[in-house]
Amino acid sequence: MTELKLPSIDYAALAPTLIMLGAALVGVLVEAFVPRRLRHVVQLSVALLAVLAALTMVVLNADDRLITIGGAIAVDGPALFLQGAILVLAAMALLLIGERTVERGGAFVAQAAVTAESADDRRQAEGANGLTEVYPLTTFAIGGMLIFVAANDLLTMFIALEVFSLPLYLLCALARRRRLLSQEAALKYFMLGAYASAFFLFGVALVYGFTAGIPDRPAGVDFATVHAAVTDSPASPVLLFAGMALLAIGLLFKAAAAPFHVWTPDVYQGAPTPVTGFMAACTKVAAFGALLRVFHVAFEGARWDFTPVLGVVAVLTMLVGAVLAVTQTDIKRLLAYSSIANAGYLLVGVLAPNSEGVSGTMFYLVAYGFSVLAAFAVVTLVRDADGEATHLSRWAGLGRRSPFYAALFTFILLAFAGIPLTSGFTSKFAVFGPALDGGQAWLVIAGVLTSMVLAFPYLRVVVMMWLSEPGESTPTVTVPGGLTSAALMIGVIATLVLGVAPAPLLDLATGAAEFVR
Amino acid sequence: MMEILANAPVEPVGTVTYAPADGLLGSVWLLVAIPLVSAAILLLLGRRADRWGHWLGVASIGVAFVLGLTYFLQLRGLENRSVELSLWEFIAVGDLRVDFGLLFDPLAAVFVLLITGVGFLIHLYAVEYMAHDAGRRRFFGYFNLFVAAMLLLVLGNNYVMLYFGWEGVGLASYLLISFWYERPSAATAGKKAFLMNRVGDAGLAIGIFIMFATLGTTQYDEVFSGVGALTSTTVLLLGLLLLLGATGKSGQFPLQAWLPDAMEGPTPVSALIHAATMVTAGVYLIARSNPIFSANSTLQLVVVSVGALTLLIGCVIGAAKDDIKRVLAWSTVSQIGYMFLGVGLGGAAYALAIVHLLAHGFFKANMFLGAGSVMHGMKDQVDIRRFGGLSKYMKITWLTFMTGWLAIIGLPPFSGFFSKEPIIVAAFEREGWTAWLFGTAALLGAGLTAFYMTRLFVLTFHGPARWTEDIDHPHESPKLMTIPLVLLAVGSVAAGALMAGPVPSWLEATAGLGGQTEAHEAVLSHLAITILSILVTVVGAGLAWFLFRAGTATEPQPAGVLVTAARKNLYTDAVNEAVFEKPGIFLTRALVYLDNRGIDGLVNGLAAGVGGGSGRLRRLQTGFVRSYATSILAGALLVVAAFLAVEAGWLA
Repeated sequence: MTELKLPSIDYAALAPTLIMLGAALVGVLVEAFVPRRLRHVVQLSVALLAVLAALTMVVLNADDRLITIGGAIAVDGPALFLQGAILVLAAMALLLIGERTVERGGAFVAQAAVTAESADDRRQAEGANGLTEVYPLTTFAIGGMLIFVAANDLLTMFIALEVFSLPLYLLCALARRRRLLSQEAALKYFMLGAYASAFFLFGVALVYGFTAGIPDRPAGVDFATVHAAVTDSPASPVLLFAGMALLAIGLLFKAAAAPFHVWTPDVYQGAPTPVTGFMAACTKVAAFGALLRVFHVAFEGARWDFTPVLGVVAVLTMLVGAVLAVTQTDIKRLLAYSSIANAGYLLVGVLAPNSEGVSGTMFYLVAYGFSVLAAFAVVTLVRDADGEATHLSRWAGLGRRSPFYAALFTFILLAFAGIPLTSGFTSKFAVFGPALDGGQAWLVIAGVLTSMVLAFPYLRVVVMMWLSEPGESTPTVTVPGGLTSAALMIGVIATLVLGVAPAPLLDLATGAAEFVR
Repeated sequence: MMEILANAPVEPVGTVTYAPADGLLGSVWLLVAIPLVSAAILLLLGRRADRWGHWLGVASIGVAFVLGLTYFLQLRGLENRSVELSLWEFIAVGDLRVDFGLLFDPLAAVFVLLITGVGFLIHLYAVEYMAHDAGRRRFFGYFNLFVAAMLLLVLGNNYVMLYFGWEGVGLASYLLISFWYERPSAATAGKKAFLMNRVGDAGLAIGIFIMFATLGTTQYDEVFSGVGALTSTTVLLLGLLLLLGATGKSGQFPLQAWLPDAMEGPTPVSALIHAATMVTAGVYLIARSNPIFSANSTLQLVVVSVGALTLLIGCVIGAAKDDIKRVLAWSTVSQIGYMFLGVGLGGAAYALAIVHLLAHGFFKANMFLGAGSVMHGMKDQVDIRRFGGLSKYMKITWLTFMTGWLAIIGLPPFSGFFSKEPIIVAAFEREGWTAWLFGTAALLGAGLTAFYMTRLFVLTFHGPARWTEDIDHPHESPKLMTIPLVLLAVGSVAAGALMAGPVPSWLEATAGLGGQTEAHEAVLSHLAITILSILVTVVGAGLAWFLFRAGTATEPQPAGVLVTAARKNLYTDAVNEAVFEKPGIFLTRALVYLDNRGIDGLVNGLAAGVGGGSGRLRRLQTGFVRSYATSILAGALLVVAAFLAVEAGWLA
């Protein structure tokens, strides 16, 4: 009997993930042992401290370039950069999730099991304290995302996908108001998510089959083996291409690329707004982190084969996002379509065949995350007696009622529209430039054209806010509590700073753009 | 024909270098910063600034003008009259480096003086013009923003900076044109301006990306030094994209339709857009990029053709319009056409185009503000069939408008003569029949211009009064409006003669504009062309005077084919609708149909749902999981099939 050899584990390199998952477990215990009235404060503090600690560990690990835990996790430049991005954005999202002064009791339902539209439901909506289980759920999701962007084999990636998806499905169902909409969103997200996961898993199986039989190497789904197989495998390339296609579908679903974007508007609209912000920022980072790793590390050798197909997906995504954004009448759906279009621009960066493409994509993810969280922060503030007033007609004349918040929102919309001196411009520049360098001019042209179209719905909102008279139904903007204000200001300042002086973050991203294999 | 279309490269410009800015010129960024800060103050302080806000707006532009003048004088004493100031490194990804930097050279200097000088007078005028508007402070905020963006546009030292200003100008113009949002026509006009500009912007943006891909830089000096190394096809493509951008901003064919509609904004906005900012941006872009345009003769031919065609379109439509501001707007389209003609001719004609641009800035601002003054006294009436005989009631407006009129039709010694006539001469200085083609177009344009501008002038200020019943005694505008008019009138008289000599030699220090080779011999002698152009002008003006001296019908009259077509903007709107609008609508519908949640969005809109409970929203939510799953499956099949197709091709 051969001796069982345990893989060596670099605990320091894994620390960010371990801290987040540990904090999630602590959160579960807090639910069990801490008195109800203290839970909110304790849970929020645990979650924020964990994020802070994990971020510290990421910074301390900044120079790590290694593969650990038996080849399952790669701690390299992109992994660390994206983990840092996820943690920073998650901290902002946690601030939004923890807000309890904008709406009495917070944005979450007091008891998830209460029947929607019942008397109990109406009573809880009046201001009972929201569930505190959202914090462990969020920390679990963050932990899963941290693994997802660092996963060095397809199975670990799949596990991580489920670890961060399942809590998100639940979180979507926990809106305090419009319970049915929220539950429906969660159910849709769950069913379609499970469906997409099946594609991913099937893809893993096919790729595994493809790796069988390469010289001097056992079959496997770690990226080094897949990479070797792409050039050396004697197996039929049908396995490779079908597997690659199915893997791509699973990931593009999470990234909200057309035609796998169909869930996005419903889910963004139905989910509690802080959770929507969390998904729009952090899930995007995680999904594109994984796409970068899969296509730049595992399938690099097949670049000229996947680029045209994914390029078409990218163009379709931009087109669908930009054109349908024009017809939207609900601000959350508008932001959902904008998020779809942005997925298209990010794909342009992913398809740029150089390390500038990687750094540009990573920069874009951070810049977009800050802006979109700030946008959803404003959405949580525009309310009437029934909760958030998300219909666009209600936003008419908001500039007269609350010039300050309308101005902040205008700034964010201008950033989305890619107007210079906002991060929206620099980030588009950062992905389009490398793509053009890499000979993908058609993607850049499609990107420029659709972003011109996309500017229109944003500016329509701007004009509506400033150039319309406030109507009877124009809601007021609630004065935000400290947490929302903090998140909003961080987002707006980051959008400005990354638009005016993007060089430091770009340098950081450039320095972190090399994968280990 | 073949030798014209052959992409024969004209000689490259050689190396371009800019000196660093030091001393006083190191603070050139203040030119952009001052109006920008003022705009921010006006927009952020809100009602607190209502009482003094407009004066802050005026003062900021005044200060910018004084500063601009100081820098201008400073620049004159320098050896290398092109100084650049790098503020910070803006973007650095891999090989891409973009500087956040400014360039102050002779070309930028004259634009700065025009923008701030004429802009200041328009600001001053607007104080009174907008006095009764509740949104005056906000208006001045946008106004300052507009000027700041325009200054950034002309002061940048690379194409990305130019693009910043370009976008800023587009945004500010959108806000200003739709300023009177309660008028649906204003909102539509704002949208039209925005969309047509976006088409142009897309061209510019793609052009800039091509520069990156081929030259690896967007800094003016590096681009101009490197352009000689590019293939002629690349230069042609690059130039055409830049030209598309220029036609969008400058209202040239085929993107001219937004400019006359932009009249829906307050009159000072029209004056600012048409005289000092925005529309001149396209001319600036081409003049600045002259090493690119000079490097390919096909490209120059395209620019010349666009200019010649547009100047005729503008004249023909202008002659058929009855709205005082629209006639002026189409005359802008036509005059900018002359400038495009000039920059397209290349060589020494670049400077002529810039001289015409400056002269035009004066007389067009003068006439727009004059039109505003007329409207002010006539209860916002804009129909020239309803004016007449106003010379007796508005002496100052009449006299100042007269200088503008004489200047634009180009009679000596008014400024238009010194700026337009050389362009006509230059148009004749070509080889073969193109000299006759473009020369005749320019000459014909001069005659038509004289006709429709005289028609406008006579119908407004002379002949019998045809006022609507509610007006009994038109009044002259207050001092604050007439003083800028008088100053601009002085400019309209004198600017051309003063600038025709010194400005071209001053501009020689601009990259690519100096040391031009001599043009071809003109096919006609200079004197003959001068006499001809004065002759057609006098004939056009005389004909109009004769036809309209006794007034005109106050209702639309039946007309022939040409006039009907001209009244309908030569059917260009119909073409736009067929080419852009219809496919766009069709695409949207198709996507909405495919994307069933889009239908949901439409249903939401139709319901005009105002919030409401979750139950109501639930009913509106028509997306079924099964249809989503089907669409994902269909997409998945397509993606897998596509990959397998690639694989099959790979095998073969």
